[in-house]
Amino acid sequence: MTHHLPISFSLNGEAIAIEVPTHTLLVDLIRDRIGLKGTKRSCDMEVCGACTVLLDGAPISSCTTLAVDVDRREVTTIEGVTPADGLSRIQEAFVRHGGLQCGFCTPGFIMAVTALLKAKPHPTDDEIRHYLHGNLCRCTGYIKIFEAVKSLA
Amino acid sequence: MLPLPFEYTRLPTIDEALAAVGEDGEGMFYSGGTELLLAMKMRVIHTERLVDIKGIAGLDGIMLNDADEIEIGARCTHNRIAGDALIQEHVPALSALCADVANIRVRSVGTIGGNLCFGEPHADPPTMLAVLDARLVLQGLGGIRSVPADEFIQGELETVRAPNELLTTIVFPRPSGSVTYRRFKHGERPSVNVAMAWSLAERNTIIASARIRVGALSFRPQALTAVEDALRGRSIVEARCAVAEALPAALDALDVNADRHGGADYKRHLAGVLLQRNLDDALGGGRS
Repeated sequence: MTHHLPISFSLNGEAIAIEVPTHTLLVDLIRDRIGLKGTKRSCDMEVCGACTVLLDGAPISSCTTLAVDVDRREVTTIEGVTPADGLSRIQEAFVRHGGLQCGFCTPGFIMAVTALLKAKPHPTDDEIRHYLHGNLCRCTGYIKIFEAVKSLA
Repeated sequence: MLPLPFEYTRLPTIDEALAAVGEDGEGMFYSGGTELLLAMKMRVIHTERLVDIKGIAGLDGIMLNDADEIEIGARCTHNRIAGDALIQEHVPALSALCADVANIRVRSVGTIGGNLCFGEPHADPPTMLAVLDARLVLQGLGGIRSVPADEFIQGELETVRAPNELLTTIVFPRPSGSVTYRRFKHGERPSVNVAMAWSLAERNTIIASARIRVGALSFRPQALTAVEDALRGRSIVEARCAVAEALPAALDALDVNADRHGGADYKRHLAGVLLQRNLDDALGGGRS
């Protein structure tokens, strides 16, 4: 038992091996140690969804996940679902439908929608609303985000 | 905000995890962390040692045992229970409840055992498990004991579990009749919730027994005993009348805290409305 542990995990398909203090939060590991700034910290209490990343494909709040918990697992962030040249079809749908304004919540929404469409490629309207209930946006009023997702369903 | 530093260990067996938490309970069991890490980040809880139980096999199963009881491993996530075929078949209301706890990220990693052990008054599962007459199996260095769900929560954020006891399993009889659950909420947690279970006799025309629990009004779910008594032995066509007669006095007898979810009178009113809706669901047929 120790206050520091070595962890190794896959981040967007790339193998990472790093030693972390055991109380390190995943969002800080991703943003500050590794330097990927797409994942946002906002409410810091699992309510807003801005820090959403995928752990073995399932959406989680990286603000309230220990870095040691991703040992030997797969983490995907917004950088991992963004093609090198251009945008993913989900990102394009958000742009086309005006599903963002300030953009701060957008990486979290994109990650949640990525997980939703993988679990249910053709979600119903209710399934879209239910799945995205835990992602907050203070700009759009959600209608345009809903329309963006609906266009992919 | 960061939690204060702690030692972290992940152990493969219950015995090793119990030993690591220690006889004086200076360590804490840890799984999803959706409640515990929040409290540690806010620095209202601190532990010297976090003992991760996610590596222990056998704590995340769901099965029907030989005594016709449903057993749920305490480490089952809300998502796991929501999607389980056995739960969907025998207790669809519990499946629906788990599919609606907090949000998708909390359901991915948060566990039913963690939810119970945190003792948060505004929670969904405790009310349902109390109405299902569940017993919670606790394992410590000295042995194993079972506690009825009704007696598990002892105060706000307090349970009968000793710090060095691990909640391993939740067990309840397979429901023989309708089980329903209704809640009212503003944010992620229920402001008030009501669960009801009844069993029918005489070709589904007479209510043989009924259990009703109201949650989130005070520190733990409470029985609406007067309404349960009024329903017992009545024909289902008289159920609405029986509830209407007994409800006002039963609501007055509830222990209700005013909190940020509302004043005492308002929350008491909500409990009555939610019970009526449970009744509508139960009378609407099916077992949802």
